[in-house]
Amino acid sequence: MYITDKILPELPAPSSSKGVLHWLKTNLFSSPVNILITFLGLFLIYKIVPPAIQWAFIDATWVADTREECLGEGKGACWAYISNRFGQVMYGFYPPEEYWRPNLAGILLILLTSLLFIKQMPKKVWIGAFILLVFPFIAYFLIHGGSFGLSEVGTDKWGGLMLTLIISLVGIAAALPLGIILALGRRSTMPVVKSICVIFIEFWRGVPLITVLFMASVMLPLFLPEGSDFDKLARAMIGIILFQAAYVAEVVRGGLQAIPKGQYEASVAMGLSYWKSMNLIILPQALKLVIPGLVNTFIALFKDTTLVLIIGLFDLLAIIENVLGSDSSWLGFFTEGLVFAAFVFWIFCFSMSRYSMALERKLDTGHKH
Amino acid sequence: MAENNTHLKPSKPPIWNDPKYRSLFFQALLMFGLGLFIYTIVQNTLTNMEARGISTGFAFMSEKSGFDILQSLIPFNSDSTYGRTFIVGILNTLLVSALGIFFATILGFLIGVARLSNNWLLSKIATVYIETFRNIPLLIQIFFWYIVVLRAMPSARNSHSLFDSFFLNVRGLYLPAPVTESGFIYTVITFIIALIAVFILKNWAKKRQEATGQPFPVLLTSLGLLILAPLLVFLVTGSPLTWDVPVLKGFNFKGGISVIPELFALLLALTIYTAAFIAEIVRSGIKAVSHGQTEAALSLGLTPSQTLRFVVIPQAMRVIIPPMTSQYLNLLKNSSLATAIGYPDLVSVFMGTTLNQTGQAVEIIMMTMTVYLTFSLLISAFMNWYNAKMALTER
Repeated sequence: MYITDKILPELPAPSSSKGVLHWLKTNLFSSPVNILITFLGLFLIYKIVPPAIQWAFIDATWVADTREECLGEGKGACWAYISNRFGQVMYGFYPPEEYWRPNLAGILLILLTSLLFIKQMPKKVWIGAFILLVFPFIAYFLIHGGSFGLSEVGTDKWGGLMLTLIISLVGIAAALPLGIILALGRRSTMPVVKSICVIFIEFWRGVPLITVLFMASVMLPLFLPEGSDFDKLARAMIGIILFQAAYVAEVVRGGLQAIPKGQYEASVAMGLSYWKSMNLIILPQALKLVIPGLVNTFIALFKDTTLVLIIGLFDLLAIIENVLGSDSSWLGFFTEGLVFAAFVFWIFCFSMSRYSMALERKLDTGHKH
Repeated sequence: MAENNTHLKPSKPPIWNDPKYRSLFFQALLMFGLGLFIYTIVQNTLTNMEARGISTGFAFMSEKSGFDILQSLIPFNSDSTYGRTFIVGILNTLLVSALGIFFATILGFLIGVARLSNNWLLSKIATVYIETFRNIPLLIQIFFWYIVVLRAMPSARNSHSLFDSFFLNVRGLYLPAPVTESGFIYTVITFIIALIAVFILKNWAKKRQEATGQPFPVLLTSLGLLILAPLLVFLVTGSPLTWDVPVLKGFNFKGGISVIPELFALLLALTIYTAAFIAEIVRSGIKAVSHGQTEAALSLGLTPSQTLRFVVIPQAMRVIIPPMTSQYLNLLKNSSLATAIGYPDLVSVFMGTTLNQTGQAVEIIMMTMTVYLTFSLLISAFMNWYNAKMALTER
């Protein structure tokens, strides 16, 4: 038997297994092709990034009262164009002295939602129910007014980022319950219920949102009894909700299908009725599974709200395209407007998608079948 | 015994508690409710239309349209009928969708593979591309390309040009057009013959490999056949193909293929937007093939390229294809945003102009939706067929 009686000397570290040089060598310059790619990439960045920064920050005009101050040799982006009309970009034609009302509604919503994120919060279900069922009415009374001593502000005055947020939030809040019912219906054993749900879902998923919006704005008035005319925003909302419900239904169906059959059978064996077994056993598990999918659906809806400009509502993009764009004292800054709108949408969508990814990791409790 | 058995039978629940009758009752109620709903809507619509003096029916389809369309794949002028605007719209929608799908697939695959590259810089650039373009609404991107980029192009006289045959200016993109001469048909025939030969070769090689275990380099041979044979015939027959290069005449270009800026902007936006989604699909598809598969293939003695071709790609495709088709469908539906910049697609021409002129809202919206629905269902049907074909055959 051979046993060494002294500790072997430490080997020197491999010449380059750490440090900046090693990292550069393996990640950027590992082969001739990689070297070429790296230089092409650097060239691309050099071509795009410095000019963009130059335009957007260094040469930009941040404060100006007239258009002329933004013009001239070597002047970059004219952000003064946005900041001068910031109220409209945010609220559309909402009367400026009443801005506190949508602000209050927004703050209320943020406070209520943040309660849900506190881990030890008791009775979360009730808070959630309050947000979904009671808060919309509070928000409507605040923003629309017309009672409790608040002056009325018609929906034709709503606009800007506020309208974008209202449309997407109401859209998802209303589409969620409808979508869940449709998903349950699609998995029903009753042939009539099932086929009605399948036809409904496939119809809305098969047509573009623009045709739905056209339908809502042109055909919906024809469907209703004569004389009952309601406003453009409500009609667009109906179209968006139905459209969105179909997408939600498909996401929820995915969750329902992922629940193992044993859970269904166990809940039946416990003697639970259909609705009880759905409410207590299946849906809590299925909805947890599909939260990331629902967030992704919401992102898609949020981006799609820009389409309402085609039927003449003034969301963020429409304000920038039509209202600011046609102001003769500030002509020629359409690029700034678009870049600003793109930036706002990007911030919202990107943070939501990161949140959805984090949720996916957090909720992944390992129950894979 | 028989008496005992009947005794053991569960007592029948009262009829209002029997699941069978309950479901029948519920379904009948639902049918009735839905029928009533549809009946009310139809009645309301008919009364409303009568009150507004709108006639129903499809008679308007054969009336003269009286307007011109910016781009049309079939002959069209203001004397043509409204029915023809419908066809022109469908063709334009299909044109931009087909081109968009083609370019978005190529770009998406490139970006997806780039994101997995071991070159750190390249993979970061790909990530930035994906995160930027898929988080900005498509409509903003369309406006960006159309108004910010293409409107800022120089006039025809100062066009950007490439090899003096591709021109880009404020009026659009001008490309050389291929012009075939009399002998070109032989090249086409050779190509078709080569195609058939490749098909036969593939079958033969498969049979031989199954019988003897000897692989045959099918891919290389077929590529050679498909490219070299037609090329040879093409050269022998005296290169019967010329290019009609666009030439600046007066204030505009003549000849070649001209792409109107609306089409070009829409195509750019659709391609770039959809490619970001396709890239993510491709990446997740390739990552879905477990590393063990690659290692197993390599340890069996397959070369890296064989591993990729026979092990990784077939398995990745199974993951990639279903979400990919839904992206194609999205692209087709998103092409309807054309109406925002005035590209004459189905929504813009038919649901826009024709609807405004005739007022036949119900008919026109229904027809438009039917077209999109048909495409969706066709693609879904193809998808289901393909999925069934590609699904793992488990033993």
